[in-house]
Amino acid sequence: MALSDSDHELVVEKLGREPTPAEAALFENLWSEHCAYRSSWPLLGAFDSEGDQVVLGPGDDAGVVELPDYTDDAGASATGDDPTGGDGSGDPTGGDGSADSTGGDGTGTYITMGIESHNHPSYVDPFDGAATGVGGIVRDTLSVGAYPIALADSLYFGDFDREHSRYLFEGVVEGISHYGNCIGVPTVAGSVAFHDDYEGNPLVNVSCLGLIDDSDRLVTGEAQRPGNKLVLVGNATGRDGLGGASFASEDLSEDAETEDRPAVQVGDPYTEKLLIECNEALIDEGLVESARDLGAAGLGGATSELVADGGLGARIDLDRVHQREPDMNALEILLAESQERMCYEVRPGNVERVRELADRYDLGSSVIGELTEGNYVCTFPDRETGERETVVDAPAEFLGEGAPYHDLPAEEPHQPERDLPGDVGLAEAFEAVVGSPDTASKEWVYRQYDHEVGVRTATRPGDDAAVLAIREAGVGLAYSAGADPNWTDTAPYDGARAVALENATNVAAKGTRPYAAVDCLNGGNPEKPAVYGGFKGIVDGLADMCSTLDVPVVGGNVSLYNDSQSGPVPPTPTLAMVGVKAGYDAPGLSLAGGGDLLLVGARALEGDAGARLGGSEYLAQFGGSDRFPALPAYPDAFVGTLAEVADAETTLATHDASHGGLAVTLAEMVRENAGATVDLEAPAKGSPEGLLFGEGAGRVVVETTDPRGVREAFDGVAPVYDLGSADGSGRLDLSLEGTELSYGAAELADLREVIGRELD
Amino acid sequence: MTVAVVQFGGSNCDRDTVQALESLGIDAELVWHADGLPEETDGVVVPGGFSYGDYLRAGAMAARSPVMAEVRAAAEAGTPVLGICNGAQIGCEAALTPGAFTTNASARFQCEHVHLRVENADTPWTSRYEAGEVVEFPVAHGEGRFEIGDEELATLEADDRILFRYCDADGEVAPAANPNGSKHNVAAVTGDEDHVAVMMPHPERVSLADIGPTDGQGVLRAFD
Repeated sequence: MALSDSDHELVVEKLGREPTPAEAALFENLWSEHCAYRSSWPLLGAFDSEGDQVVLGPGDDAGVVELPDYTDDAGASATGDDPTGGDGSGDPTGGDGSADSTGGDGTGTYITMGIESHNHPSYVDPFDGAATGVGGIVRDTLSVGAYPIALADSLYFGDFDREHSRYLFEGVVEGISHYGNCIGVPTVAGSVAFHDDYEGNPLVNVSCLGLIDDSDRLVTGEAQRPGNKLVLVGNATGRDGLGGASFASEDLSEDAETEDRPAVQVGDPYTEKLLIECNEALIDEGLVESARDLGAAGLGGATSELVADGGLGARIDLDRVHQREPDMNALEILLAESQERMCYEVRPGNVERVRELADRYDLGSSVIGELTEGNYVCTFPDRETGERETVVDAPAEFLGEGAPYHDLPAEEPHQPERDLPGDVGLAEAFEAVVGSPDTASKEWVYRQYDHEVGVRTATRPGDDAAVLAIREAGVGLAYSAGADPNWTDTAPYDGARAVALENATNVAAKGTRPYAAVDCLNGGNPEKPAVYGGFKGIVDGLADMCSTLDVPVVGGNVSLYNDSQSGPVPPTPTLAMVGVKAGYDAPGLSLAGGGDLLLVGARALEGDAGARLGGSEYLAQFGGSDRFPALPAYPDAFVGTLAEVADAETTLATHDASHGGLAVTLAEMVRENAGATVDLEAPAKGSPEGLLFGEGAGRVVVETTDPRGVREAFDGVAPVYDLGSADGSGRLDLSLEGTELSYGAAELADLREVIGRELD
Repeated sequence: MTVAVVQFGGSNCDRDTVQALESLGIDAELVWHADGLPEETDGVVVPGGFSYGDYLRAGAMAARSPVMAEVRAAAEAGTPVLGICNGAQIGCEAALTPGAFTTNASARFQCEHVHLRVENADTPWTSRYEAGEVVEFPVAHGEGRFEIGDEELATLEADDRILFRYCDADGEVAPAANPNGSKHNVAAVTGDEDHVAVMMPHPERVSLADIGPTDGQGVLRAFD
C-alpha cells in the first residue's frame, strides 16, 4: 500500500515539495483508515459525550469520568453492621444526599475507559495479536495517569464447528490470558459470539478501566510547553510491527496468515508490568507533563499526535531512540510498532529522575528530543557522511488532521421478511438453543483469565455484569461489554440500539445506574455501499440509545476493512458500559429458590407487540428470518427503575433476558439447590417459539419476595408478567401452551458446557 | 509486627496482600526486592504474580535473587515466612519448602474457587481453623500441580506438614476435587519448621469482608 495519488498531491501542495521517503511513509500510516477514521469520522458526530461526570471525552488515549462519592453509603452496605442507614458519621446529609449525585461534585476519584480492536493481527497470529491488543489498551490507560484495574474482552469468531475458528478462539483466549494474567489486571467481563461471517476475519475487542484516585494525577496527551523534553521509556525499538496501521486498513488477503506475520508485534507482559509500576512511580512524583503510548504508527504516531494536540512542534533525533537491532534506518525507527513503550513530556530538570526511575524498573529510556513551536521535525545521521539530516519536516497538525474525509455512498439496510422454519418441536429447539456455543456457558474462557487479582471483584464473571469495589469512592462499579452480531446483522440500527440497551440492562440488573460507555465499531469494507449503510446503522443506533439512556460515550475505536474472501463481517458495535451504585452488594443471577418469578419488559407476553424471532439464536440454529423485535417504549425509565428494584432487599435474583430468549435466561438461573416452575399462559401474539426464544433487549427476570412492590415500581414503565415461582427443586419445569419441558440442573449444566467439553 | 511483602518485577498480588493484612490491623509494607529486607522485619510474604515473567521456570529466577538469601536468613532466625502462588513456586525453587509446583494437569491457567480441607490445625497458619474444617479459597495459576518424590511425601505426611488439601464441598479429598493434579491433593506445605509455609490458593483474596467471604483471614492472622 502507498499514499494514494490524491493524498500525494495534497501533501506536495502543502509541503511545497515532494515528501521524503520517511514523510511519505508517515503520511501513509497516519492518514490510514485505522489512524485517521477517514470513512467513519463524518458519522461519529452522532455520539453524545457530554455529561456532568465527564472529565475527558473522546480524543485522548482514554475517556475519563468522575465517580460520585458514596463513601458513607458504602460503609453501611459493606459491613452491614448498622441496619439503620449507616450514618455513623453524624452528618445528617451523608446517607442519601449523595445518592442522587451525578458526579462532577469534586470527589476527585476518576475512572478511565478505553477500548481497542486487534482484529487483523489476531487473525494472522491469534496468540500474539490478542496479547498485544491487551497491552495496547492498558498503555492507553497509563497515558492518562491511571492504574489499570479491569479488562473486558469481546470476541467474535466464525462457526464454532469449524476447525479454524477453534484454532483462532483457543489462541486468542490463551493470548489474552497470558498477557492479562501476567500484568495483574483482572479480566472480569466480556462476550464471545460465533457467526459464519467472521470466518475470514475474527474480531478481538478489548476494553480497560483505570483508576485515578486523586484528580491531580490526571495527565493528558496534549503537549504542554516548548523546551520540555521527550523521553521514551520501555522496550527497545526493533523492526517488529512495521506498517501495522496501514495493514489494519486493508482487507485481509487470502494469504494474510503467512504474508502479514511481520506486521504483527510480539508482546512482553513482563515489561508491560514494569511499565505499569514505573508509570505509577512517575505520576507519584509528578514528573509527567503529558504522555502518549506508542501504538499504531509507533513513535511517529505517538509523538506527532502529542504535539499536534498541544498546538506545538517538536525536534526529534531518531538515532537517540534506544534500539534492539543494529542498522535501523530512520523510517524503521519512526514507524516500528515494538510494544511496551511510552513517550513522556518531561521538564528538563526532571529528566534525570525519570531516567533513574526507569532504571529502577529495569526499563530502557532515551531522551529523544524536545518540544518546539515550529514544525514536527525528525533528524537522522546520513549513513555515509554521518552528517545529521532532516528526514521529516511537516506541520504536526497537518500530519494528524490533514487527511480529507471520505464521503461514501451508503445503502439503507432492509429488515428481512418473516420466513420461519417448519415445526421443530419445543424440546429439540430448547436443547439446541441452550446448548449452542453462542449462548452456552463461557466459563471455559473466563476460567483462564485471572478475574480476582486486585481484590476488587465483588461479582465475578458469568453474571450479567461484573461488580468492582471502588473503595476510594464507596462505589460499586458494574462493568458489562458485548454485542450480538445476529441482532445487528438482521437490523443494524435497531440491533445496535438493543446492544446499548442490553448492556445498560446488565449493569442495572446488578443495581447500578448506567454511567458512561466506550464503543468499538467494527465493519467491513466501507467502499461497499451495503457495508457502509449497515455501519451507519450501528453508529446511529448505538448513539441514539446511549443518548436516550443519558449515558455519555467518552471514547471509542473504529475498525473497518474487516473483509476477506468470505465477505464482510456483520456490523458489530461492541459497547463497554459502567454503572455505579453505593456499596458493592448485588443480587446474583442464580435463583435463591424462595421467591416469585417475574418477567419485566416482556411486551409480547403482555400482548402489545408480536413475538418476533429476528436476530435470535433459534433462527441461527434452524434457519429462516424475521424482523427484529420491537424495543421497549421507555427504555430509560425501564433501566432506572430496574436499578432501584435490583437494589431492594426483597430482590433475590436478577437476570437480563436477551441472548437465547427466555429459554436460555431461565436455564442459566437454575442451580443444584434452586429451580423454578414456570407457566407461560400467554395471551399470545405469535407462536410459542416466539415467546420462548424471541430475543431483544430491555427485559429482565426478577426473583422477588415482594412481587407487588415490583409491579408498582414498574407501573407505567414496563409490563410485568408473572412467570411462576422459584423453589428448592433444582429443576426447571416449564409449561407452555400444553407442552411440558422439564430439566434438572445437571442436565442444563451439561447442555451449557459445550465449549469446555469440545475444547478440553 | 511489620510484615515485608516482597515485590519483584512481575509480582502482582503484592498490593492486594498489603491491603488484606492491613485490613486485619497488621502492619505491612511493600519492599522492592533490590532494596532488601528492612531491618525491622517481623514477617515476610512472597506474594503471587509472575516474577521475571515466569521466564525460564515459574519462580526460578526470583529464587536466586539476593533478597531471597535475606528471606532465608530471616526464616532461619524464626521469622514467619509465607509464599503465596508465585511466592509458593519461589519458595520451593529456593528450597525453603519441599517439592515443586509445575504445570497444571489441564495445561491451562485456572482461576476458580476451590474447597480446602484443613489437615493440621496446629500451626501458626491454621490455628484459627479446626482440623478437618472445609474452607473456600480461590486459585489462579497455570503451574500449581504439587510434585514430590513418594518417600519425601510420605515423610511430609507422617510429620504433619501438609496444611491444606483440595477437597469437595463435603470435605472429601477426591481426585475430582483436585483442580490441578497435585499429588495427594496437596495445596499447602510447611518447611522444616512450621513458621515457613507455601500455598497455591490465595488467602488475601478471601480476606476483605466487603467483597465476599473471609475464609482466608485465618492464614494471614498468623502474622498478628
